[in-house]
Amino acid sequence: MKEVSSNGTKKGMNIHARRGLAYIVLVVITILCLFWFLLLFINTTRSHSELNQGFSIIPSKYLFSNIQKLVKMGERLPILRGLLNSLIVAGLSAVLSTYFSVMTAYAIHAYDFKLKKFMFTFILMIMMIPTQVTALGFLQLVSNMKLEDSFIPLIVPTIAAPVTFFYMKQYMESSLPLSLIEAARIDGSGEFRTFNSIVMPLMKPAIAVQAIFTFVSSWNNYFTPALILHEPKMRTVPILIAQLRSMDWSNLDTGVVYAMIGLSIFPVIIVYLFLSKHIVQGVAMGSVKG
Amino acid sequence: MKSTRRGKVVSYNKWGYIFLIPFVVVYLVFSFIPLVSTIYNSFFENYRSGLTQIGPNFVGLENFKTILTSGEVWIYAKNTMIMWILGFIPQIVISLLLGAWFSDPSLRLKCQGFFKTVIYLPNLIMASAFAMLFFALFSDGGPINSLLMQAGLISTPFKFLSNVWSARFLVAAMNCLMWFGNTTILLMAGMMGIDTSLFEAARVDGATSTQVFYKITLPLLRPILIYVMITSLIGGLQMFDVPQILTKGSGDPMRSTMTLIMYLNRHLFSKNYGLGGALSVILFVITGVLSMVVFKVSNQKEIN
Repeated sequence: MKEVSSNGTKKGMNIHARRGLAYIVLVVITILCLFWFLLLFINTTRSHSELNQGFSIIPSKYLFSNIQKLVKMGERLPILRGLLNSLIVAGLSAVLSTYFSVMTAYAIHAYDFKLKKFMFTFILMIMMIPTQVTALGFLQLVSNMKLEDSFIPLIVPTIAAPVTFFYMKQYMESSLPLSLIEAARIDGSGEFRTFNSIVMPLMKPAIAVQAIFTFVSSWNNYFTPALILHEPKMRTVPILIAQLRSMDWSNLDTGVVYAMIGLSIFPVIIVYLFLSKHIVQGVAMGSVKG
Repeated sequence: MKSTRRGKVVSYNKWGYIFLIPFVVVYLVFSFIPLVSTIYNSFFENYRSGLTQIGPNFVGLENFKTILTSGEVWIYAKNTMIMWILGFIPQIVISLLLGAWFSDPSLRLKCQGFFKTVIYLPNLIMASAFAMLFFALFSDGGPINSLLMQAGLISTPFKFLSNVWSARFLVAAMNCLMWFGNTTILLMAGMMGIDTSLFEAARVDGATSTQVFYKITLPLLRPILIYVMITSLIGGLQMFDVPQILTKGSGDPMRSTMTLIMYLNRHLFSKNYGLGGALSVILFVITGVLSMVVFKVSNQKEIN
């Protein structure tokens, strides 16, 4: 790739200086990225009175008591229920979205039919339409279908996920040879069975990456759930966060506030730390074509 | 079904349609119908005034006129753009720099995996919780103010959220923090794809690394830069979670952080479907035009 600078730097900065500068900038950026989460972690371990005393980087020992107090607020702020709701919505979205996106991508990848090109172009065109601009009609549809306060309008629409489809299609082009499908046909396997028992297992790496992305974006989603879910026991975590924000802060235990933020952020961070390699690669791969 | 060879080909390809059914049905029901009914709604007067329901009455383009002449929408459009630009400029500068460094083998940066993991992390964080965290940290009696006071930089707490520019800056900073990792990875993939012989030729001619960056890398990255900029602009137009949570939906101070989608959200909550519909259609047209540009740019890349 770029072997330019090593010998070509007559006027430019010397390679060691450039490397040093790069490291300094990277370390500063790393601190800027992690500082907030570190502070969040420290503050979730401190009690209300300790937090009122001001800034500190020394963790204290109130982590569990903060969480306990938060759980006891269940009447006003049903956090455990919220976590469960978010888990259900995000988990089912991830499963449905990936399964059906592979199916859609497979239809376009493996078969020749009249509308193939049209469908592919069409899906690419609708990829950029934000959900917010159709939210009004969506909301009316949901209330006409009597699906308010239900998870269905949050889960089922993820079946038609253009971005996930596009990623799956890209992945198939590089790692799903049509000869394999042909071979399955010769062995007498039906099309649907071929899809489930040959295509799906081969797509596992791509499915894993997209399942994570779908899960996270559903877990973090605030706009649509806030319009659809009204009943306290149906609320997801982001709605509870908004609810916490509009509470009267003068009566609120600050330790509990941090515990609540921590409970919505740290599960994602922990999962990410285990899977970061695949996720970062996944982002890069999805972007190759743009 | 599988009696003749010819029949086979035909019957296999019909499976293309069968496998498309779930996508098409779900898309039509949950995206296409809502889009059509949103557009339909934009031509009707339909809102609640107190307890009485007004409309729906057909009013033609009246809703669009009301929205565009009320002046409010222009303030919110301006706010959205200001906060997007404030976040996007540092984002693209940092991303270009990091992308160039990561993809430069002569630098041989160590721990690249670690740094990439760290910079991508904020992208996965729940935006509403992140905004809530910033609200708690930057509140008048919060840790940031106490840190600044302990360091002797200020004597009284700085009211980050009561000052127009510091509030906007906080929103922009959060957006920048959440998206620069993603942009870096996109740009890096683009930089890795540049033909190495160009760099070799430049080296023979004795170009410095700065010259190489400005004269070769940047012009060749143009399609991907345009892609990044426009997708980021589309994302910027959708800005909602962060300012909504940070300001409790008020867009304060003095509605200076109120974005277009926050405005739309208000109409949706107050069930003013006429004005909400008109605003949605306007946003749809803008994103549609921007998407077409992205589409053209990425198709160009394919041809090259």
